[in-house]
Amino acid sequence: MRHILSVLIENEAGALSRVTGLFSARGYNIDSLTVQTTEDPTLSRMTIVTHGSDDVIEQITKQLNKLIEVVKVIDLNEADHIERELMLIKVRAAGKDREELKRTADIFRGRIIDVTEKTYTIELTGTGEKLDAFIKALDATAILETVRTGASGIGRGERILKI
Amino acid sequence: MELSGAEIVSRCLAEEGVEFLFGYPGGAVLEIYDSIFKQDRFKHVLVRHEQAAVHAADAYSRSSNKVGVALVTSGPGATNALTGIATAYMDSIPLVVISGQVPSAAIGLDAFQEVDMIGCSRPIVKHNFLVKDVRELAATFKKAFHIAATGRPGPVVIDIPKDVTMARTEYSYPESVSIRSYNPPIKGHPGQIKKAAQLLADAKRPYIYVGGGAVQGGAAAQVTELVKMLNVPCTNTLMGLGALDGTDPNFVGMLGMHGTYEANLAMQYCDVLIAVGARFDDRVISVPGQFLSNPKKIVHIDIDPSSIAKRVKVDVPIVGDVKAVLTDLIAVLKEQNLKPNPDALANWWKQIDEWRKPNSLLYTPSTEVIKPQHVIETLWKVTNGEAIVTSDVGQHQMWAAQYYKFRRPKQWINSGGLGTMGFGLPAAMGAQLANPNAQVACVTGEGSIQMNIQELSTCKQYHTPVKVLSLNNRYLGMVRQWQEFFYGTRYSESYMDALPDFVKIAEAYGHVGFKVENPADVEPVLKEAFGPALKERLVFIDFRTDQTENVFPMIQNGRGLNQMDLPEHMRGMQQTPFENNRDYGNLC
Repeated sequence: MRHILSVLIENEAGALSRVTGLFSARGYNIDSLTVQTTEDPTLSRMTIVTHGSDDVIEQITKQLNKLIEVVKVIDLNEADHIERELMLIKVRAAGKDREELKRTADIFRGRIIDVTEKTYTIELTGTGEKLDAFIKALDATAILETVRTGASGIGRGERILKI
Repeated sequence: MELSGAEIVSRCLAEEGVEFLFGYPGGAVLEIYDSIFKQDRFKHVLVRHEQAAVHAADAYSRSSNKVGVALVTSGPGATNALTGIATAYMDSIPLVVISGQVPSAAIGLDAFQEVDMIGCSRPIVKHNFLVKDVRELAATFKKAFHIAATGRPGPVVIDIPKDVTMARTEYSYPESVSIRSYNPPIKGHPGQIKKAAQLLADAKRPYIYVGGGAVQGGAAAQVTELVKMLNVPCTNTLMGLGALDGTDPNFVGMLGMHGTYEANLAMQYCDVLIAVGARFDDRVISVPGQFLSNPKKIVHIDIDPSSIAKRVKVDVPIVGDVKAVLTDLIAVLKEQNLKPNPDALANWWKQIDEWRKPNSLLYTPSTEVIKPQHVIETLWKVTNGEAIVTSDVGQHQMWAAQYYKFRRPKQWINSGGLGTMGFGLPAAMGAQLANPNAQVACVTGEGSIQMNIQELSTCKQYHTPVKVLSLNNRYLGMVRQWQEFFYGTRYSESYMDALPDFVKIAEAYGHVGFKVENPADVEPVLKEAFGPALKERLVFIDFRTDQTENVFPMIQNGRGLNQMDLPEHMRGMQQTPFENNRDYGNLC
């Protein structure tokens, strides 16, 4: 099953490689991983999307906690949560396609952030499924380039991951 | 006061009470070696290979209660140390390994003797540090020793670029250390401990399974008290040997791949199992499904949460320091006067005694050829069971584990997790330095000993009068045994041709060497080796042993604890409870 783990980790050189090394050494899957410093510059927060049986997820959580630099780990799936992913997608937008592409982007609440005579670059945020749906909605031959961040997640309501 | 990084390294080691630093110099650590030259707070032991430095530091730690410390140079020095580090990691041994690194400005430029030690060691350390600023050096040492020794212990690497050893800064050693992301548990959950006590009280066939965590965690006294108080049978893993006295009547022997008949069957057919600092690894329970096919309630006490439910789901997990948890468990049992039903327990003992009767460690003695088991039994006799025994890896290791009845923890030193050949001799050296008055024996084979035989030189230099018992069967014995069993006796590359004259080798290094071929000479030679005349000498004994002896019992990969290959006199014997006890399957 798909799980989203949120990890608070010391913002130190090499900390990321400890996490990714752990996943590869123990044969766990990483579907996506995002990381950035938090409002407290000594801490980074990672969102790791992974999949596995409950036993495997339990081991992943325990093994992550065992890393000296990991401060806290939560499995967002244990309660309501929100996840978002950002995609930048560059499409061929010439002639009659131009208007249609703009309309499709609007429907998906995407924003055109760069324009040339022949291309649009569209910024789109949402769940992974929404981004997939947008890609499907486009003519595949029009897509020049996509870049996706992988999911970031946060608990709903009062649920907080903090020291 | 202002000191150089190198001087700070020496000061920190002195502050930590380091007695011996095992190491080997090289370009990147010359500054550190200069600072060692100028101090007299600790001694440096110059090994002949960096792997041996780490093994020696490891065994120094295993045979004492201190952190072992090794120092190696960058590049090949660091990579040579990796096998030693992995060995310590697999067995949870607290070490601090200092590696030199090329100057900061040269990192990443493929400099001479550069290797990414942080990257190379990452999967086999508890933690590692690259010190980029001399001002962080002292605090890093404080943290490293703290991390190595607390919680589930393990090796910590400190990688120090050469320019950091040369830079100067104000020095003071931190008094205390606090790492917000690292707070190892101590006390077990009281509710869980009460549940464990109740399970023990309700048990009809209780069993205590004790691993290396009890040895490392200093919980042997608590294990013994629990076992004796309830009069329950107890087994030790390879790493747990000595946690309960091997001669104690409640001890049913080691369990696992080469465990005794009674220890393995009790593990399979118990109804309540208390696992203490053990991790249900593949060499112990083989296949989890088979192990659980006879239902049982399991209490698992371990300081590392990730050890729990890794291979076997348990009913009562207790995360905590094994010593603290057992102390609390014993208190609850006493307070509430809980103990297993005496009739059920007597019935269980009757069953265990029946399993014991055929003696699965019985072997056929010989007056023609030296039986390896006989050498170990005689070693036990000659040393009165009091020697510190180190071993290498293979058949001799299993025989040492089976036939030397260890009386106390930290007496048996072997590479259980990683199975590192070449561990035995440097380990014996480290153990002897930690215990200068103890008798130290290294049980090895002609294959393993040659993987670090150069340390005979170090032993000479530092006067470590260990006794090396090489069970020389002219085969890589365990490989040969598997080839006999599973590969149609095709002995592919398991014969050690062109063996050297070990007596001459010992003598060339300045030691005493004996070659023993006659079973009648085993005891007199061992007596001489451990006798007063050779007390101060390293003695190397080349025992020419039976070439085709196998280790029994044996559990083949993929089979259950009740599917052992048994020694000849027990072939075909049932591996189930006996007739009057047939109701074992449905009691839980």
